[in-house]
Amino acid sequence: MQLNFAPREVTIKLVYYGPALSGKTTNLRALHSLTSAESRGRLMTLETKDDRTLFFDMLPLVFRAEDGKGNSMSLRVKVFTVPGQVLHASTRRLVLQGADGVAFIADSQVSETQANAASFLDLRDNLTELGVSLKDMPLIIQFNKRDLPNIRSDGEIEALAKKGREPVFKAAAVTGPGVLESFFGLLQLTWARLEKEHQLSKNLGIEADGFLPMVATKVGFAGDVWSLLSSRVGGAIDTPKSRPAAERA
Amino acid sequence: MTAGPAFAADDFALDGKLRLDDLVNRGALEELCKSFLSLFGVPVRIYSADGTLLADASIEQDICAYVNTLLKGRAACGVTVSGAKSAGPGPTGDVLHPCFTGAAYRIIALEYDKRRIGRFVIGPFLPLGVNEPPESLLKIDPALDPERARALLPKMPRAKPETITRMANHLKAALDLILFSGHRALVTSHMHLASVKESFRELEEKNKRLQEAYDRLKELDRLKSNFLATVSHELRTPLTSIIGYSEMLKEGIAGPLAGEQVEFVQTIHEKGGQLLSLIMSLLDLSKLESGTMVVRKKQTQISSVLAEVVSTLTPTAGKKGVRLSADAPAELPELRADPDRLRQVFLNLAENAIKFTPQGGSVTMRAREVCSEPEGDITSGFALLAPAQAELEVRVIDTGVGIAPAERAKVFDAFYQIDSSSTREYGGTGLGLSIVKRLLDAHSGRVRIEDNEPQGTQFVITLPLSPPTPATQSRTA
Repeated sequence: MQLNFAPREVTIKLVYYGPALSGKTTNLRALHSLTSAESRGRLMTLETKDDRTLFFDMLPLVFRAEDGKGNSMSLRVKVFTVPGQVLHASTRRLVLQGADGVAFIADSQVSETQANAASFLDLRDNLTELGVSLKDMPLIIQFNKRDLPNIRSDGEIEALAKKGREPVFKAAAVTGPGVLESFFGLLQLTWARLEKEHQLSKNLGIEADGFLPMVATKVGFAGDVWSLLSSRVGGAIDTPKSRPAAERA
Repeated sequence: MTAGPAFAADDFALDGKLRLDDLVNRGALEELCKSFLSLFGVPVRIYSADGTLLADASIEQDICAYVNTLLKGRAACGVTVSGAKSAGPGPTGDVLHPCFTGAAYRIIALEYDKRRIGRFVIGPFLPLGVNEPPESLLKIDPALDPERARALLPKMPRAKPETITRMANHLKAALDLILFSGHRALVTSHMHLASVKESFRELEEKNKRLQEAYDRLKELDRLKSNFLATVSHELRTPLTSIIGYSEMLKEGIAGPLAGEQVEFVQTIHEKGGQLLSLIMSLLDLSKLESGTMVVRKKQTQISSVLAEVVSTLTPTAGKKGVRLSADAPAELPELRADPDRLRQVFLNLAENAIKFTPQGGSVTMRAREVCSEPEGDITSGFALLAPAQAELEVRVIDTGVGIAPAERAKVFDAFYQIDSSSTREYGGTGLGLSIVKRLLDAHSGRVRIEDNEPQGTQFVITLPLSPPTPATQSRTA
């Protein structure tokens, strides 16, 4: 995170990690089309002619937020993807540097089980190299490509998710389901973590529980963002205490 | 960040550090402004955030040219123009800057990624409704001719505020696209550089670790050679006594020996000799490995070396029933080599060949002059280079048990024997061929193994006839 008090600017960096061809860029494209034109910048993709990510993709979301006292501040959420191909190891580490939260985009196809695991270990190693422990990093797992045949079943994923630590989302990024859920889930986890470290709500005057609904409104999501998060399986995401237990999940 | 690549986290995305002049090419920006001017007829200037003029497309308006001929007019014009240059676009990002002539400038903020990175100034233009020269123009200089001003002022381009806004939006959109492309290119090159640096850092670390491992191994190897040399030397001293005294016993110097006693002493003497030759081999090997073996090169005739080998080994071959011969034309050119060491090479090879050749077989040493084969697929200049690289080839051909292709590279390793059972059957230490290899290395020579159809092995030795080039000289050190 970059915190700049003078122009009242906060930049949060989220990184979409995962094996080659698991749909990281597709997630970003979907996010781009699901957010309002006023809040999003141009999707910057650096890719080769066969549509493979070369360095990274980046989608900036920028909006102004007002606190209760009429002070406005600029909030920037920059969503990056890493290149998944094994050979781009050093680039992945560069993109990962300074990340505030990581979404691991896994391929649901059973045949990709090994690739998912290898990429996750690669994530862990790269974080270690950067001096960050995996358990300190806000992390969600997305099982993408739910629309394909020969995938790990919902039951299997739920059973796995319950045993794990991270919130798990199911998605089909090509058509959109699960993309916003994963993004908001990661953003809330990341915000909670930054809040704990930097007391952002006190310093910036944004209520801890008000952050996510505010972002949701700014990016043009009309529904209830908290109920969106309840689509996850496993893991824990802080939700407002005032909400009924059933919805807090 | 505590570890890893040493630069700021978001450096490659250049967040918050973007400068207009880094993203665009000034010449191209100038062209854009000129096309704006020719399309709308209104001048435009683009400034960076720190006020540097990056591009300017303007034509002097007739009224301005006239005013500038008047002393006070020129002063007032200077004030207006420098005011328009230095004025910011204000909090709304769009302000109107008036001129005393009745004309105006629009100063509009240029944003990228929702941050201001510069501004552009459109004008002067005549706002709608200004038809007559205002008082401020007429009274600017006593010398001003009102009729002339009245005639010249309407020649200035005239625009409604909405029109200017539309023009500005068009320019903004075009610039935004250019800035995005520029940003993307800049990020790509930064990222490329960062990736290369990071890969380089990784490689350097690996190289360092490899170098350390290599140094450690080299030191161990040196210690091993030292150890071998010391031990061989220390073993030799008592062994000389054993051989000497057993010889004296055998010859009856200490009194006559009975039948079996002679036999036993003879065995002691014989085995002592074998042990000594083994120790000498070890010593040779360690000297060759440590580079302390002295090679005294002089003009050497290979046929005489081979003839000596034949005469030395003929009794051994005869005992085994193996024919030993040398075939070396006397007209072969001489080579620069140490004849003692070369003899050692061929003694070793021929002895080995005899050992592995059954009764009734033959061992032949054949020497010829050959041209070296071109290395790799580089064949250009072959006709010129090959004759200059003449070599002497000696083949040691036997009709023995043969060596399987998979074993051929390994037989030159010290102590290597094709299998332990062969050691029992044929004896030997497994040092001979490794010594051969190292002696040939010291002569810039090579050795390889080929089949001898239908049965047996050919050891093919090549030695350079011409003085070695600088590249090969280093190997003889």
